[in-house]
Amino acid sequence: MTTGQLLTGNAAAAWGARLADVDYIPAFPITPQTEIIELLAQWSANGDIPARFVTMDSEHSMLTAAGAGAAAGARVFTATSSQGLLYGFEVLYTIAGWRVPLVLVNVSRALASPITLEADHNDILAARDTGFLQIHAETCQEIVDSILIAYRLAEDERVMLPVLVNLDGFTLSFTREPVTLPPPAAVAEFLPAYRPRHAYIRGDKPMAQGAAVLGGAPYSYFRYQQQRAQENALAMHQTIAEEFAVRFGRRYDLIESFQLDDADYVLVMSNAFATKGKAAVQRWRARGIKIGLLRLRVVRPFPAEAIAATLAGRKAVAIIDQNLAPGSGGILYPEIATALYHETQRPPLLSVIGGLGGKDISEGEFEAVFHHLERAAVGEHVVSPLLLYTKLEQERTRTLLQIAGKETSL
Amino acid sequence: MTLPTSPELESIKTLKQIAREEFILPGTAICGGCGGLEALRLAAKVLGPKTVFVNAAGCFTLLATFPYTPFKGSWLYTTMASAAAGAQGVRDALDVLIARGKLPAEDDVEVVVVAGDGSTYDMALSSTSGALFRGLDFWYFCYDNESYGNTGMQMSSATPYGARTATTPVGVKARAGTEHGKKDLFEIWRAHRPAYLATVSPRFPIDLTNKFLKAKTLCGPKLFIAHAPCPTGWLYDPEQTADYARLAVETGIFALKEAVDGAVTHTYVPRRHRPVEEYLQGQGRYRHLFEPTRNEGALRQIQDQVDRYWAEVHETTGAAR
Ligand SMILES: Cc1ncc(C[n+]2csc(CCOP(=O)(O)OP(=O)(O)O)c2C)c(N)n1
Ligand code: SF4
Repeated sequence: MTTGQLLTGNAAAAWGARLADVDYIPAFPITPQTEIIELLAQWSANGDIPARFVTMDSEHSMLTAAGAGAAAGARVFTATSSQGLLYGFEVLYTIAGWRVPLVLVNVSRALASPITLEADHNDILAARDTGFLQIHAETCQEIVDSILIAYRLAEDERVMLPVLVNLDGFTLSFTREPVTLPPPAAVAEFLPAYRPRHAYIRGDKPMAQGAAVLGGAPYSYFRYQQQRAQENALAMHQTIAEEFAVRFGRRYDLIESFQLDDADYVLVMSNAFATKGKAAVQRWRARGIKIGLLRLRVVRPFPAEAIAATLAGRKAVAIIDQNLAPGSGGILYPEIATALYHETQRPPLLSVIGGLGGKDISEGEFEAVFHHLERAAVGEHVVSPLLLYTKLEQERTRTLLQIAGKETSL
Repeated sequence: MTLPTSPELESIKTLKQIAREEFILPGTAICGGCGGLEALRLAAKVLGPKTVFVNAAGCFTLLATFPYTPFKGSWLYTTMASAAAGAQGVRDALDVLIARGKLPAEDDVEVVVVAGDGSTYDMALSSTSGALFRGLDFWYFCYDNESYGNTGMQMSSATPYGARTATTPVGVKARAGTEHGKKDLFEIWRAHRPAYLATVSPRFPIDLTNKFLKAKTLCGPKLFIAHAPCPTGWLYDPEQTADYARLAVETGIFALKEAVDGAVTHTYVPRRHRPVEEYLQGQGRYRHLFEPTRNEGALRQIQDQVDRYWAEVHETTGAAR
């Protein structure tokens, strides 16, 4: 195994595609994902990879070409972010319905408006019902590994669905971390060439894909098939992840448990900011507080059972959603609440919104969350959702508002 | 009309030379008398069985209703805006798979976009422009029924001036119906310098066949705008489709032409154009131009526009009338 080298999250994603020996890369730029496609373009231009690289005219076109390329039997990779993901939204449903495997990396970036470049998860979580599987990475290493696992999952006959692999803009996309690249020969054994058995376009075997259905019954049937495929993916992920662990020595589960064995309190987080959560957990542990963190890694299919089993019986749980469904709150909170509904030992659940548009979650904010967790544990009512914002941020924003002549009572 | 003969593909001179074999079989969900389907049926005879039709939302989406299709080739329904991008994905994938030895070359197919005028002239213009810009080796077949047919005949930017549609109804403030003129897609496409570009009519099968034969010898984007008389939307009896298809050409409203690498040739120029009224009259979508009173201004405008077009053609080609 090659030793670690420093790679940005974007370079790690590009390496994932390179190691997967992809055939086809339709591309369209959007910050902070550009470095991925620029690297792949360079490798393609140098002849380092055999893939065909094509610059498309939009994400809508890019995703159509990606799905169509997969439908023709190629192993396809592409990447986008934020507005790009939304621009291609119609196509996400379309190609998931074609039941073709491909890997789409999303580099999370908050959505307009106002426009910004930094991360939160409203982009990726908006895609949660498209039929794509979703893997959310915390580290650069996990990006490479998740892409390889994603292809295995996507191409498994019991799954046959495209996969979104998410990494956070800036906090991962442009952050260098030591990454161990699996040797290509070993990857080729883990991930053999894609040989489509049910969706392809061939001169000698005509086939229709995406044909119209009339009446609700065939439509329901095909939709139910997607549900079953997602269910299958839960089990398949575990099998594939175990094989990955045996071959490469790194283990990935549907959820990651951090200091959870004896934990009374739990933070639930996902993606790169989970690292901040882990640091907070360690600070609290140093003070003798029994707390741990559950990181959501696979978000579609939703690992409800694993989550329920992990959270049942705790004193209190805070779900930190790095997204906002205005008028409702966090997107993941109700999903986790649903997962726990049947548990008799259901912990109080605190909904927290933090880290929108790349806003930091400070130590003070983690302290505030913990304060509320303690209150919730003794049965006190806690305002929900809790919207994290510090005094300092409030003051600074007020100054900006004054400059803009839009002073309000913030 | 002079057509270059290719070593494999001779141009034809008589109807008898058109292949008898059918590549689009009857029994579809498309309206009886659909001019667009007739044009596609003729085109398919040249394209042959090794094809994939990449479709944009429209009437022809109903050609493939699970579990049937009338095609001998494959079918891929995409979206309304991105069929050309779907063609790109298929073409690229087949090319790279063949190059990498993962697919035998015999398994290759012709990649054919099938889309209505609405998606083509409006929503899909940018994705098609992208495919043309990239020089994609594919076919684009646009059946131009001059409206959003599948959704109930609303105005598209291919709807001609004066036609009534569901969104350009006739009223006291809008006596002519559609007040915009038809977008000149031929010129928009021609500006991209595709390998081949032509207009075709289902009533001129020899011209249509020869154009597809000629395009088959060329690599790159091959584009067709097929005049698609539509009994359902234009409100005439289905058995009159052939008449309206012919009249559109004979009146000069629909010009049969081609552009090879940008140079335009008119492939059929009637000795004398018939008055446009012969084409307009009898179609329900134009009835308000004749009843309850004649809208002389609108009729004049339509005739003038056709006359201007052909005057320009004769001026630039020097062809005698
Ligand atoms: C994004 C999107 N918007 C709207 C529609 C609804 N729609 C389906 S078919 C159609 C009309 C297409 O018109 P045209 O391309 O002219 O083809 P025709 O129906 O005339 O065959 C529309 C608007 C759609 N499928 N997708
Ligand atoms: S509505 Fe018109 S274009 Fe559409 S299928 Fe019917 S006849 Fe053809």
